[in-house]
Amino acid sequence: MNIHEYQGKELLRRYGVAVLDGHVARTPEEAEAAARRLPGPVFVVKAQIHAGGRGAGRFADDPTGKGGVRVVKSPEETRSAAAVMLGHTLVTRQTGPAGKVVNQVYVEAGCAIARELYLSLLLDRKTSRITIVASAEGGMDIEEVAASHPERILRAVIDPAAGLSGFHCRKLGFGLGLSGTQLRRFEAFVTAMYRAYVELDCAIVEVNPLVVTVDGEVIALDAKVSFDDNALYRHKELEALRDETEMDPKELDATRHDLNYVALDGEIGCMVNGAGLAMATMDIIKLYGSSPANFLDVGGTANAARVTEAFRIITSDPNVKAILVNIFGGIAKCDMIAEGIVAATKTLHLSVPLVVRLEGTNVELGKQILADSGLAIIPAENLADAAQKAVAAVKGA
Amino acid sequence: MAILVDANTRVMTQGFTGAQGTFHASQGIAYGSRYVGGVTPGKGGTMHPELNLPVFDTVAECRERTGADASVIYVPAAFAADAILEAIDAEVPLIVCITEGIPVLDMVRVKRALAGSSSRLVGPNCPGVITPDACKIGIMPGHIHRRGSVGIVSRSGTLTYEAVAQTTAAGLGQSSCVGIGGDPVKGMDFIEVLELFLADPETQSIVMIGEIGGQSEIDAAEYLKRENFAPGRPGKKVVGFIAGATAPPGRRMGHAGAVIAGGKDTAAAKMEAMAAAGIRVADSPSSLGSAMVKALAG
Repeated sequence: MNIHEYQGKELLRRYGVAVLDGHVARTPEEAEAAARRLPGPVFVVKAQIHAGGRGAGRFADDPTGKGGVRVVKSPEETRSAAAVMLGHTLVTRQTGPAGKVVNQVYVEAGCAIARELYLSLLLDRKTSRITIVASAEGGMDIEEVAASHPERILRAVIDPAAGLSGFHCRKLGFGLGLSGTQLRRFEAFVTAMYRAYVELDCAIVEVNPLVVTVDGEVIALDAKVSFDDNALYRHKELEALRDETEMDPKELDATRHDLNYVALDGEIGCMVNGAGLAMATMDIIKLYGSSPANFLDVGGTANAARVTEAFRIITSDPNVKAILVNIFGGIAKCDMIAEGIVAATKTLHLSVPLVVRLEGTNVELGKQILADSGLAIIPAENLADAAQKAVAAVKGA
Repeated sequence: MAILVDANTRVMTQGFTGAQGTFHASQGIAYGSRYVGGVTPGKGGTMHPELNLPVFDTVAECRERTGADASVIYVPAAFAADAILEAIDAEVPLIVCITEGIPVLDMVRVKRALAGSSSRLVGPNCPGVITPDACKIGIMPGHIHRRGSVGIVSRSGTLTYEAVAQTTAAGLGQSSCVGIGGDPVKGMDFIEVLELFLADPETQSIVMIGEIGGQSEIDAAEYLKRENFAPGRPGKKVVGFIAGATAPPGRRMGHAGAVIAGGKDTAAAKMEAMAAAGIRVADSPSSLGSAMVKALAG
């Protein structure tokens, strides 16, 4: 789960991570009032969307104008900067061409920057350990830095049994060219960030840039925080931070019904059991010349109700011209899926061609149920046959 | 021979009296595997009401009294890491964790505890391990398997079944099938399973199924290039497939581990590395069996 910058900073502040003062605003008036509560004379207005590259991004209605992070010099300017952001669509390298509508801005105090650094905590899959990544190349796209200048990326890998130790911070801090008071502040910063990462079950905490001010303060100028979805059950308080306007409505709907759904822009709706098979089904649709409208893993405990919900969500996408059901029953039983398909087809008055491939547990029963239903279901013998029939149905339509 | 499990493997179940544990243990028994008992804390000293096998409070006690040398875990996600740690502590040689949705940082601790232990972990978030006609540990449908010569290792459950059905239809059958699971932090990875397959005389060829996210397929391809495809070595034929060529970057595709995070973790990069190593990459998930038949023909 992703959250906004202002929410991430609020959480990190609780753990003792140094951040600047700021207030979130949902109207230009609130933005002006927020600025008046800050010391000034400089303020920063930052569009809050779940995507990076906001500063370099451009608003869809003003492609030659300024980006989604603006430095202003008065509460009045704060208000006008907020006015051209709020309700407008910001396009960045991470949003895709459609961009994202800005519903809130964060008004933050300015600071005098001496150096911009990079710091993040994440899970390194190779070592199966939390890894701290740092670089003196702050404010840049870190993946580009890693590709062009791998020697400028510093890493500290944390043994979960021993935890974070002073030497990790020193290794990174000296590597970044810090010393004296700055090094001590950096150590405190990293220690607080590590504690937040572990206690909140984060997936990533990225501070880019981490700035050293002219006064030698070490401060998070930006914060990207996301959480491990598997661990959300033990952090009920984080649920309140979920911004549903950032999600595709169909994906939100699916989440509420405990279905794994990702919206895509193709024309063949897919319902599959198992994540790997669901991806492979998307791939084979592409191979035969069409494209998938979605990823959907209906799971192992699929029953008639779940299948109906899945069909409803798939068909709520107006681009869907055919549906491909691909089930290899292990825990999922083909007869139960077949009953679900028949029920869903009737309740939803399904109007697009439906290709069904069933294999595995109780397959004969399942096929019989479909055949006896009298519905215009196109049966398929295997995965390739199913994909070819679905693509043919779309091309013929 | 086969790998990891055979007809002598004595299987215990953690989460034994729950619905999942009960159902899949009964399926394993019906398949002909030797299930010897299990654990449900608080129900020790009783007999499983449906399976007529002993229930114990702890893994250590179950292992001591039944001689179990493999444990399968069907404990809910919130308690699964604890269950794995208990099995490691009891020195169970093979632990298979089926549970999906375990917090990543729990698995980071488990992975640390595995290092230097006497246990091997398969999973979590996996279908399990099967040696056809000998031992079935997990949730895979037994009837699609035939004992044969292909070793199958995969990150995906149902896509493993695809490979099984296709190699069965091709008349090759399987030596053993290992689902290593879809999580970013897991027990055995490709290389550790491939090592066993390369050393197993019954396994004459290998199907390896990966997906987007992480680099373990690329590491595995490099390992095979070195250990199996080195010039002058009579290597085993390997067919590979990577799911997720059409997945958009940055999105989690069901499995917690299946997200393209930039760099070498795309399907294209992995397929390229596999092909460069000498693996025959199937262009479609529907041609795993036929690709193997072609590979074996020369």
